[in-house]
Amino acid sequence: MKKDTSHINSLENEAIYIMREVAAQFEKPVLLFSGGKDSITLVRLAVKAFYPAKVPFPLMHIDTGHNFPETIEFRDRLVKELGLELIVRNVQDSIDQGKVKEESGRYASRNMLQTTTLLDALEEFKFDAAIGGARRDEEKARAKERIFSVRDDFGQWDEKNQRPELFDMLNGEIDLGQNVRVFPISNWTELDVWSYIERENIEIPSIYFAHKRKVFLRDGMIWSAEDGVVYRDEDEEVIEEMVRFRTVGDMSCTAAVLSDAVSISKVVEEIRDSTISERGARIDDKRSEAAMEKRKQQGYF
Amino acid sequence: MEVLKIATAGSVDDGKSTLIGRILYDTKSLTTDKLEAIEKTSKQRGYDYLDFSLATDGLVAEREQGITIDVAHIYFSTKKKSYIIADTPGHVEYTRNMVTGASTSQASIILIDARKGVIEQTNRHFFINNLLRIKDVVVAINKMDLVDYSEDVYNKIKADFSELMSKRDYQDQKITFIPVSALKGDNVVNKSDVMPWYKGEALLEHLEQLDKADIFNVGTPRFPVQYVIRPKTEEFHDYRGYAGKVYGGDLSVGDDIIVLPSKTRSKIKDIYFYDEKYETASRRSSVTITLENDINVSRGDMIVKENDLPTIDKQFTANVCWMDSDELNPGGKYIVQHGINKVLAKVDRINHKINPDYSGFEKDVTGLGINDIASVTFKLNKPIFYDQFKNHRTNGSFILIDPRSNNTVGAGFIQ
Repeated sequence: MKKDTSHINSLENEAIYIMREVAAQFEKPVLLFSGGKDSITLVRLAVKAFYPAKVPFPLMHIDTGHNFPETIEFRDRLVKELGLELIVRNVQDSIDQGKVKEESGRYASRNMLQTTTLLDALEEFKFDAAIGGARRDEEKARAKERIFSVRDDFGQWDEKNQRPELFDMLNGEIDLGQNVRVFPISNWTELDVWSYIERENIEIPSIYFAHKRKVFLRDGMIWSAEDGVVYRDEDEEVIEEMVRFRTVGDMSCTAAVLSDAVSISKVVEEIRDSTISERGARIDDKRSEAAMEKRKQQGYF
Repeated sequence: MEVLKIATAGSVDDGKSTLIGRILYDTKSLTTDKLEAIEKTSKQRGYDYLDFSLATDGLVAEREQGITIDVAHIYFSTKKKSYIIADTPGHVEYTRNMVTGASTSQASIILIDARKGVIEQTNRHFFINNLLRIKDVVVAINKMDLVDYSEDVYNKIKADFSELMSKRDYQDQKITFIPVSALKGDNVVNKSDVMPWYKGEALLEHLEQLDKADIFNVGTPRFPVQYVIRPKTEEFHDYRGYAGKVYGGDLSVGDDIIVLPSKTRSKIKDIYFYDEKYETASRRSSVTITLENDINVSRGDMIVKENDLPTIDKQFTANVCWMDSDELNPGGKYIVQHGINKVLAKVDRINHKINPDYSGFEKDVTGLGINDIASVTFKLNKPIFYDQFKNHRTNGSFILIDPRSNNTVGAGFIQ
């Protein structure tokens, strides 16, 4: 059966248009790369947008130090294969400099700490636009996000006073010190991203596919018991399960789901039938009903 | 799979967010975790029903006040279509967000509270939908459960609304009336049996069969050059590609073209999408074009077909929707962003203000306040290449940027 992909084509055309606007309207853009499927999709779109020239901006990874090893290995290979420039800035450095304090206890995570490292890095390199892979379908505060989203000197999001965005005209005019977060795949859903990865045959880190992993259960969620990053009480029993990850954030806030999807087509099938949202396995969103909005106001991407 | 973009409009408390929540719920688009969050909050607040508006009102201030402040984009799909709904605010002061939501939509839903009927805001919403030339408009008469599902109430509102329709500028706009109860789910996703007198379709049934024909696909091809691609590698030594999006019509290899503003003639040599060559670049596709001759083309230039030129002028008149708290005054200087092209503009004169409740024009206006709509003439520091909005949605629209604040302060539709 020939698949009708017109919907995906129009999303792809829109994203390429946005990439080109970023390159044209800003002096020093950067693509925020986490090693996750959304940022891998962004890289693919950037390569397509400027072919046969090179992608005219570097990638930057804000490394929490709590990444899945598979993701880091994948990141380094991708950058090398595509001849891209990669900047890495570490949350550990921000901790060592005393700028942020490591959380402790059962729900300790470095996810919140990323914001400081990110804002410092944007300032260090004087980046005026940061491209991110956030999507409006992910979370209710993100549903309110613009494609060009202006941040003030402190990286803050003024959610009640956003610039109107009409037709596909993107206003990238900013004052000195401000920067813009750009979201080229705003209108994509999780299923769209997966369908695109399948269609384009894009390689992604192995943790997105079902694999055997030592895990433990807490609050109805499945946590990785490998690598010693996630805090585990002694009475929390370690078991082995077939799991995969739907998002690959910081290990300490990313739970796994039971799955037997070992290929992209199986993953697409699984997501189509899923009754839990993608961020349902993210403990960082469960801190409060407005967790995402609060983080965004502070400069989280 | 088709995709349909829909904007909602309605006054405060007409139940827009509830309607969208109901659609999501009845199409089983709400995932278990999101539904649990809604159940939890509804219970906390002591409601005896599920408050579906919690699904879309994503900001703290919105949930506190129980209103929608900013446009939220909601995604769901049926077997037939993918939908993107722009849930827009109903408060008068957020009209600018409504214009924003409607600007990218092919269809819109205007809600009317059956108890209140057609009110001033309804006129305004209909006016904006018509001004933006939205092809399909659904008038959803909501809260029918609170008027005993009365056919008389429905007919009265329909008659009042038809008054408005006779005054509209864009007469081809298709309008459909549907009586619903978002709270109870009547005629939203499923046809209800409590209103046997209504013979039409339920709201979603109606949306399912709408033609999704692209609203931007009206008119002739326009190719604004977004970015010049010069790889400067051994393999692509002499390559000069012009990257951009095709609007309004297709472009093909061999087409005789003119580059504006230089009016240099050439032919399209190759059309690339990534590493593949194509014979034709279809509308809305983001391609890279090379030309037969080595001519000077830069960002902001426009490639058009030889026999099909837009208007090239240093002034134009447009209907402007003003979105800023600072007034627009004659003599005021702004940046006009027309597509990707930016030029400096001066307000030459405000011709008249248009009352969006269809009560007529106001002459001798000295300034425009937030949410005002008016016919304004601008003078530019260099020519732009435009079409009338009614002929070409993309090449006939622009935004105004205030160079002092860098904010987007208005939107315009060229007459």
